This record gives sequence, C-alpha cells and structure tokens, in this order.
Amino acid sequence: MKTLDELLHEHEFFKGFKPEHLELMAGCATNVIFEAGEYIFREGENADVFYVIRHGHVTLEIHDPRRGPIAIDTLQENDVLGWSWLFAPYQWHFDAKAVKLTRAVAMDGKCLRTKCENDHTLGYLMMQRFATVLADRLQQTRLQVLKLYD
Amino acid sequence: MINLTPQLKTQQLTDPMQPEPFRVKRVMKESYDTFTLEMEPVNSERLFTFAPGQFNMLYIFGVGEIPISISGDPNQPAMLVHTTRIVGAVTKAMSKLKAGDVLGVRGPFGTGWPVSAAKGCDVVLVAGGIGLAPLRPVLYQMLAHRDRYGKVVLLYGCRSPEDILFRKELEKWRARFDLEIFVTVDYGDSDWHGNVGVVTKLIPKAPFDALNAVTMVCGPEVMMRFTAIELQKRGVQGDAIALSMERNMKCAIGLCGHCQFGPTFICKDGPVFTYPQLQSWLAQWEI
Repeated sequence: MKTLDELLHEHEFFKGFKPEHLELMAGCATNVIFEAGEYIFREGENADVFYVIRHGHVTLEIHDPRRGPIAIDTLQENDVLGWSWLFAPYQWHFDAKAVKLTRAVAMDGKCLRTKCENDHTLGYLMMQRFATVLADRLQQTRLQVLKLYD
Repeated sequence: MINLTPQLKTQQLTDPMQPEPFRVKRVMKESYDTFTLEMEPVNSERLFTFAPGQFNMLYIFGVGEIPISISGDPNQPAMLVHTTRIVGAVTKAMSKLKAGDVLGVRGPFGTGWPVSAAKGCDVVLVAGGIGLAPLRPVLYQMLAHRDRYGKVVLLYGCRSPEDILFRKELEKWRARFDLEIFVTVDYGDSDWHGNVGVVTKLIPKAPFDALNAVTMVCGPEVMMRFTAIELQKRGVQGDAIALSMERNMKCAIGLCGHCQFGPTFICKDGPVFTYPQLQSWLAQWEI
C-alpha cells in the first residue's frame, strides 16, 4: 500500500516538490473516497480542506432554485478541487459532487496554512501552484462566457 | 516535423458557376437549430466525390446561395450530405425543405483536411459546435482505413447537452475500442454526467503523442485560435495543426474576392489551412 507522501508525489499538482516538502504535507493529508452522487462540499460551508483527485469525476455546481443544479465545471484525475481554503472567509463558493466513485487525498487547509507560514519556501511553492490552477480556470471561464461556439 | 500539404482538389462540375439540381431525400433535425440534408443528384448517374473538408455552394432557388461544408461519408458518393445551423434567410428556407424538393449545388470546392498526411500519425480532431460537421467526413475516412492511423481522438465542445450534434453516432463511436471520443459542454443540467468546460480544457489530458500527431480543428475562429495555442502548449508543432476557415464565399472559385483573408482567398486557397499560414492574421481586426 502506498504512503500518503507517495500518493502526493504521483499527483500532477505536486510534480517537482522536494521529498521533504511532500513529507511535511503528508502530515496534513488523509485518504478519502466519495461514492457516485455524494456531495463533497456545499456552497457556504467552511472550506477547511482541498482535494487532490486521484481517480474519479467531480462536478462543480451552482444551484438555481428555478433550474436546479447547473454544472459549471468538471474535475478529474490529477486535478485539484478547491482553493477557498487559501483565502478568508474560507467558505466554499460552489457545490462539488462526485459523479462517479472518486478517490482523493484530502489536505487539511488549516494545517497546511500553518506549515506554509512556518516554511515560506513551501508557502511560495503552494501559492505558485495554486496561482497556475486559478489562472487556468480563469482563462477557461473567460472562454466559457464568450460563448465560444456561437 | 509534419508537413501538411492540403489535398488536391477533387473533380468539380464542368462549369463551376452552373448549379446542378439535387433532390432532397431526407431532412434530419439534429438539434433545435441544426439540421442535416441528404440529397441525391437529379441525374441519378452522377457520383459526387469529394475530399473531407471541402464545401459546396447550395442554392435555394429564389432565396439565395451559401457555402456549406460537406458532412457526409466520402466513401458513399451517391449521397450528398450537408449539416448546418439556421442563421439566416437561406438556411431558414433550407430547414423547411422536404423530401422531393430540389435545390442547386455547385462544388465541391476548396482544399481538404490533411487525411493523407496523417497516415502513420495520431490524429486529433477538435471540433466546436457546428464545426463537428466538416470533420465528420474525416472520421468516416479514418474508420474506413483505420489501420493507417495511430490513435484517433475527437475532442468536441458545444454549448449544452441539447446542442450535441450527431449524438447517436458519437455514442456508437464511443463504444468502439479504436476511437477516443471526449465531449464537453459549457454548462450541463443534472442529467449530464459528462465533462463541463470549454473544449481547450480537454487538450492537456487527451491521449495522443503530441510529437507525432496531426490535428484538425474546426469551429468559430476564436475557438480555433485558443485551441491552436493549447495544442502548441501540449507540444504539437504549428504545422501539424490544420484549421478550417469560414467566410462569406460567393463565387467559390477565387474571382469575386468576397472571402479574401489577408493574402488568401478562403474559397480557393482554403477552407483548410495550416496554422502557420493563418497565425499572423487570426488576431487581426477588420479582416
């Protein structure tokens, strides 16, 4: 069975991280499984965690009282789910639902924030990686609102 | 480095300005604003050969003539197939055609997709919205000669699950073990269990060898621009990217100048180009 730092090492998001940083972060990590249809988090709940998806399919949704849930993005293997743990007020902006059985590593946000405060090199690395994720998502959202296919 | 040479033009009608009568055999509704026409020549001995990517000028008598890409199977020359979206007077009139009605056809015109140049390579087709229609003949061609190609991957993006073109065919292809089909929509309801997001998002994870891939991209220009950038980020060479352009073509033989795009005429030099041929012009305004 693989250790948590081995699982983190295999994940795209942590590519290039030093073993000592992975080991440090593994202290904040837990293995989690979500069944198909299970909500991982809901809009407005405390965002005290993020997930590195190892396997599965997660949809990000906004619930509209008139139209029901509207899927706005999907995440899969090697993606990272959640960045609200990084910024106050640490609350989820959307609902996240496992579309099929999803295996992930849950990273405790509070624990990680403390480690990043204590080790600024790790903090910078994490910020760099999340900035890339955010920039990618922003770019995709811009294209999405363009109604690209009209 | 893969050098994409557009295919030679197929044989056109004797007089390229003279429409030939074709009879509608079947009209199929693909989505709320998109439909497919199946047609046969009124002169039943005529076989309509074309290269995937080429287009015809379709003439609704008394209404007007417009360019539309061929969406049918190049291995079935007895049947001419076009798929289009209702966007103006001619396509609106076309959507009301019924079996037995006659319309005029000129063509086929223009360059085709680099199907021959793709032999031995992985092939990645990236389609946006109605852009799947001009790429469908490539898939037919590749399925007819599947052993000539490496992986064949289709990345298809559209607005919503209701806008998915050729849905049944996509489902059938998806069930095959020798095709990789990925569909994404801009937004989905609770019944949609597939990908959500723009089509460019599918590129980083799509299963193909970027250094030995030929890619063919069709959709609105903005979509093609960002797709080409994303393909290059993945490692695909610029000259291994082919794009199909759309303009207001009138004569279709490079005489009238309506479809001029920089130094080229889309109708006769295209509609299929390599990315380096277009790259400097794609982001230009007022062109």
